Amino acid sequence: MVLAPDKKALETRHLGFTISPHEECGVEEAVRIIEAGGGESVVLTLGPPEAVEQLRDAMALGIDRAIHLQTDGSEWDGESTAAAIVDAIRIEEASGPFDLIFFGNESADAGGYQVGLRVAYALRRPCVTGLKGVKVEGANVRCEQDTGAGRDVYVMPLPAVVTVKEGLNLPRYPSVPGRMRAARKPLTTSNPTRPEQNLKPVELSVPGGPGRQTKLLGSGPDVATAVVEMFREIGIA
Amino acid sequence: MEDGEPSQQTLSIARAWGELHSVRMDAITPFAPDAIASILQRAADDLHVSAVFAAGTDRGNDVMARLAARTGLPFAANVIAADIAGSVTRQRWGGSLLENAELRSARLLISVAPFAVHITEGPAPSTVDVKRYIEELDPRDLIVQVKEHIDPPGGGVSLAEAKVVVSGGRGVGSKEGFAIIEELAGLLGGRVGCSRVVTSAGWRPHSDQVGQTGTKISPDLYIACGISGATQHMAGCKGAKKILAINADPEAPIMSLADYSVVGDLKEVVPAISAEIRKLR
Repeated sequence: MVLAPDKKALETRHLGFTISPHEECGVEEAVRIIEAGGGESVVLTLGPPEAVEQLRDAMALGIDRAIHLQTDGSEWDGESTAAAIVDAIRIEEASGPFDLIFFGNESADAGGYQVGLRVAYALRRPCVTGLKGVKVEGANVRCEQDTGAGRDVYVMPLPAVVTVKEGLNLPRYPSVPGRMRAARKPLTTSNPTRPEQNLKPVELSVPGGPGRQTKLLGSGPDVATAVVEMFREIGIA
Repeated sequence: MEDGEPSQQTLSIARAWGELHSVRMDAITPFAPDAIASILQRAADDLHVSAVFAAGTDRGNDVMARLAARTGLPFAANVIAADIAGSVTRQRWGGSLLENAELRSARLLISVAPFAVHITEGPAPSTVDVKRYIEELDPRDLIVQVKEHIDPPGGGVSLAEAKVVVSGGRGVGSKEGFAIIEELAGLLGGRVGCSRVVTSAGWRPHSDQVGQTGTKISPDLYIACGISGATQHMAGCKGAKKILAINADPEAPIMSLADYSVVGDLKEVVPAISAEIRKLR
């Protein structure tokens, strides 16, 4: 990982952006639920102008419309991100609540583990986190959480909030017609004001430590003898 | 908070601090995270604490985020160092990057990243005042509660616990290509893993995925076959004692992040290693 000169961000000039894995599974699940049961799906993100590409990607997968809470690219902590999302949801819900709101369990970059729960509390809705299974059953949602030793099951009444993890489903690839439709789907943009940050990044660093010294064992299939000898040295096989 | 009576470990920590306030988790069993957050909130208020810590596990982060949400306080997850003024160092990108940050709050809410802090001896033991700390629970805080548990499918050691993991990446080429990976894993008594590109292609289930959004592993030996070594993958396998990388591209990032490297086509190298193991048995 390469840091920007001020050490406050990653050097992203040569990087591409994509929907993070957890969120991509949330988008896919929402699309599947609407395909099976009808209704409307909306995708929302808070991010810089370029984030519009990820909103179009989500619409290419089948989401009906998008809301962009546009920032100048500066980082928002979990508390202010959640507050901005709550404000946007309240405006959208003038005509009634969303039955189910999906979040990624934690963002790939900041890893704050809190936005979905903060939104749920503000909207006074139940929330289960880290889900690998989500099934709408009538007026309830059945939630399966991977505990590392099987799965815990929760059942919540709708409307509810869930945060999901990669592995919930296998997201589809957007089709070419899907991409063309996405370009014409409605996208609304607003510019929330970033409040004072209560979790304020000062500086980033790459973890130190000696790292590993790599020993080249050789090349091609003839190296097998040396590899198995190494297994023995470290007590394997 | 614990199941049943306080454990010896908890008591020894409490002796260092002088006072123990104990909540028996079996009073809120099965797991009900909103109820736990409400008890933590009440305890923190009554005891006027300046900081609340939890383990940075799935459940620890979940309960702390609920506590943060219900008290309107900021929360710093996966912290590896902190002082009482609110200066924290925390993990980002699954631990691939560290962030120094200011946590501005009258009460610090912090979860501690797993395996990141060394435990040191505390001060000499003093008397422990074990207080039961149970409050009446609001039924609203019991809406989210575990209703049922599904046991994992049986069969062998889990990926997270395996001593040897043999992983395949894009270089394996197909679902069928994993036969040679499975063979080597079987000979070494290990488990098969894979990179994210493999699960996205549908070649292996997500439960086999090693990485930031898959399983984090710490085997004695990790063999990465045809895996480039993206940051998100390395976040899942950096806990391995030894890493062997097999890759046709000597410039692949993993070839300088591993302990041992072999340059070559995994379709030739992996079966040759399996044959060599068989020959010596």
